[in-house]
Amino acid sequence: MIFYYLNYANALFIFTILSFSKQKKINNKELEMSVKELKEKHKLLKAFSYSPKELFRGYTDRVLYINLDDNTVKEKAVPAKMKEKFIGGKGYGLRLLWDGTRPETKWNDNENEIIISPGPIAGITQYAGSGKSLVVSISPITDIVIDSNVGGYFGPFLKFSGFDALELQGKAKNDVIIVIDGVKNTVTIEEAPAEEINSHILAEQLTEMYADSSDPRDMKNVSVISAGKAAEHTMIGMLNFSWFDIKRKKCRLKQAGRGGIGTVFRDKKIKAVVVKAAGVTQDPNHVADMEPIRERGARFAKEMKELDPHQCRMKQEGTAHLVNIMNDYNLLPTNNFKFGSHKDADGLHSRVWNKKFTQGMNDGCWIGCTMNCCKGVDDFELKSGPYKGHKVIVDGPEYETAAGCGSNMGIFDADTVIELNFYCDTYGIDTISFGTMTAFAMECYENGIITKEHTGGLELNFGNIEASLELIHQMARGEGFGKIVGLGIRKMKKYFAENYGADMKFMNDIGMENKGLEYSQYVSKESLAQQGGYAMTNKGPQHDEAWLIFMDMVNNHIPTFEKKAEALHYFPMFRTWFGLMGLCKLPWNDVEPADNAQTAEPAKVPEHVDNYIAIYNAVTGSNIDKVEMIRQSERVYNFQRTFNIRRGYGLRKHDAQPYRAAGPVTVEEYKSLEEFYDKKMKDDIGTDPAGKTVEEKVAITRKYRENRYEQLLDAVYQRRGWTPNGVPKLEHMKQLGMDLPEVMEVLSKHQ
Amino acid sequence: MDTISVNGNIIEWNEGMTVRDVLTVMKYSFRMLIIDVNGEHVRREQYDTYKVPKNSEVKVIHLMSGG
Repeated sequence: MIFYYLNYANALFIFTILSFSKQKKINNKELEMSVKELKEKHKLLKAFSYSPKELFRGYTDRVLYINLDDNTVKEKAVPAKMKEKFIGGKGYGLRLLWDGTRPETKWNDNENEIIISPGPIAGITQYAGSGKSLVVSISPITDIVIDSNVGGYFGPFLKFSGFDALELQGKAKNDVIIVIDGVKNTVTIEEAPAEEINSHILAEQLTEMYADSSDPRDMKNVSVISAGKAAEHTMIGMLNFSWFDIKRKKCRLKQAGRGGIGTVFRDKKIKAVVVKAAGVTQDPNHVADMEPIRERGARFAKEMKELDPHQCRMKQEGTAHLVNIMNDYNLLPTNNFKFGSHKDADGLHSRVWNKKFTQGMNDGCWIGCTMNCCKGVDDFELKSGPYKGHKVIVDGPEYETAAGCGSNMGIFDADTVIELNFYCDTYGIDTISFGTMTAFAMECYENGIITKEHTGGLELNFGNIEASLELIHQMARGEGFGKIVGLGIRKMKKYFAENYGADMKFMNDIGMENKGLEYSQYVSKESLAQQGGYAMTNKGPQHDEAWLIFMDMVNNHIPTFEKKAEALHYFPMFRTWFGLMGLCKLPWNDVEPADNAQTAEPAKVPEHVDNYIAIYNAVTGSNIDKVEMIRQSERVYNFQRTFNIRRGYGLRKHDAQPYRAAGPVTVEEYKSLEEFYDKKMKDDIGTDPAGKTVEEKVAITRKYRENRYEQLLDAVYQRRGWTPNGVPKLEHMKQLGMDLPEVMEVLSKHQ
Repeated sequence: MDTISVNGNIIEWNEGMTVRDVLTVMKYSFRMLIIDVNGEHVRREQYDTYKVPKNSEVKVIHLMSGG
């Protein structure tokens, strides 16, 4: 054993030397420093000791509060009422953010917060997907609350270190790192001027710096949150949460991608947050009853082993298995959501990803995850940018990245997608927003709204690989047209209209954003329910609230407004629950039990729902059922809607969608499926398309579809207990037990 | 022309048409499916052999995935 560890230490030393020798090529003196030298440049600003506290039934009932304005560090007790109403995860984040900010607080005000909370179930290792954190802040691109879920080890380690949530407020004067040492029970704030900003290097540096030794068993006890250079210059910054991959002996990165939280992070001059745990035991949560958790976990693991190879192949391909499927169903966004499929889409086919991903590795982003879906491309040689020639590990691509940084930009080259994936991650920006906003800029370019004069010479045609790579490097450097694109679609539209005289109406039609957030990567034109699933979300069009396209468009299961409304009630509420608990959604419905088909409601995957209820009860000692499960979510969901209303948003007008999400904006789009749209006009609208120009048919289709969306809003608001203006009714909040005085005060002004 | 209904869509029926053929015609490449033919559940291992009678009502329920 000793021999092995000496060998490992030697190997790590050689690896480090090799890494740094590569880094020398880019002539960056800072990167040449050893970890010891980097640490010597730290300046301690604050040291705080806290009393250790073990978890009890999934909770510590403490929040760690840090204010970087004056380096305050303190423990805050979680009141019983907060625990009862908000449960954990996103619920805790929303509660703390509401209390810590004013209605007029802007994203870059000192008082804006970043709250990271995993939830009571997070940290168990007996059931797949139990290591998620929810990150909450006021978003720079939406000006409302954003929540983003993320894997990696940070959330569970935060709990093991004694806290249910981390609340960050204020701004540092210079770059700092925050170190939570769950072994010594200390928190330090340290100025850290010399470390790299970009995540793939910074995570390695800090893991090595704070691990007890270079033994991988120690390295895995450290997790790092970081962003990157582009997070400093764009509105779409994201956060990487690391986990140490023992088999590869490298840091892996998972992303809290949506809504620009990485931009807030860097605006606060936080370079990284590090947590160190003592290790992972069998039952760190000290659950009420371990046996049901073990039993359900074993049952799920059996499903993965026996059924996944015939179903989604998550273990081999992750969510990237969906690319060719979405293409087959005309749902793969292509050229800024103009089309749903492309003749070259095989370039991004799941069999391509199957070969690119290293198989047979440990790809679970939390310990014990038997789904193992966060795939990785090893030894990928970069072809552009500051790390050109380096061989790196790339986490992903997942489906969203393959579609966003691929087909939606007219790119069908897998290696380009991997390269964009890598740079988005290390530069700290969201692959989904990057893809959608670049696709929008490309369509503007192809329509002459912007020209080479505006783009600094970039030919932003769909499919231009070199231009897309240059754009991302410009974002990291904070220069050129990349900086304008990095503002996000909503601000880009305003900029193009004010500076280039662009037609705002057309840009509103094709700019795939709602509430300021860029759409994730599914074509919703032929699924009215999914249009609602996107544009009626609390945070903006992210599919994690509702993915109803198959149920609506393919199965034709929810044909009436009433049924669509029921689905747009149940699924957003059910999916919200994952974010309260610290759970990943993928094990819920990316593998189905063998007898799922025989159940009354297979779309809900009843056996897995029952697993979650059993696990929650077993962790916390509660006794909830599936009705109370939805109620828990409803309380938090309606609170988030109220939070938006408090900030001047959250009304019906804010649920409006760009027409591109609902139907063909242009003649080109209509003609691409003319026979299909003509038939729809005849069957659904009752209008004979014969003799009409394409322009007339576009207009008739549009009028019909826009009207249908308004009817959907009416139906869903009614089902959710909201007014026709989208405001939760006071009596509904009372029924939910969410009639908190501050909530009722906001809502009473809008009844 | 003989037909069958697949999730409410009318498609041409051919002699000997199997469930697998129906999936191919409809370009249903997703793998988590629940298939009923005239109310009878068809298991995955039957897709290549189960013959769909003409005038059948075929339901191909796609479960959710992704995200």
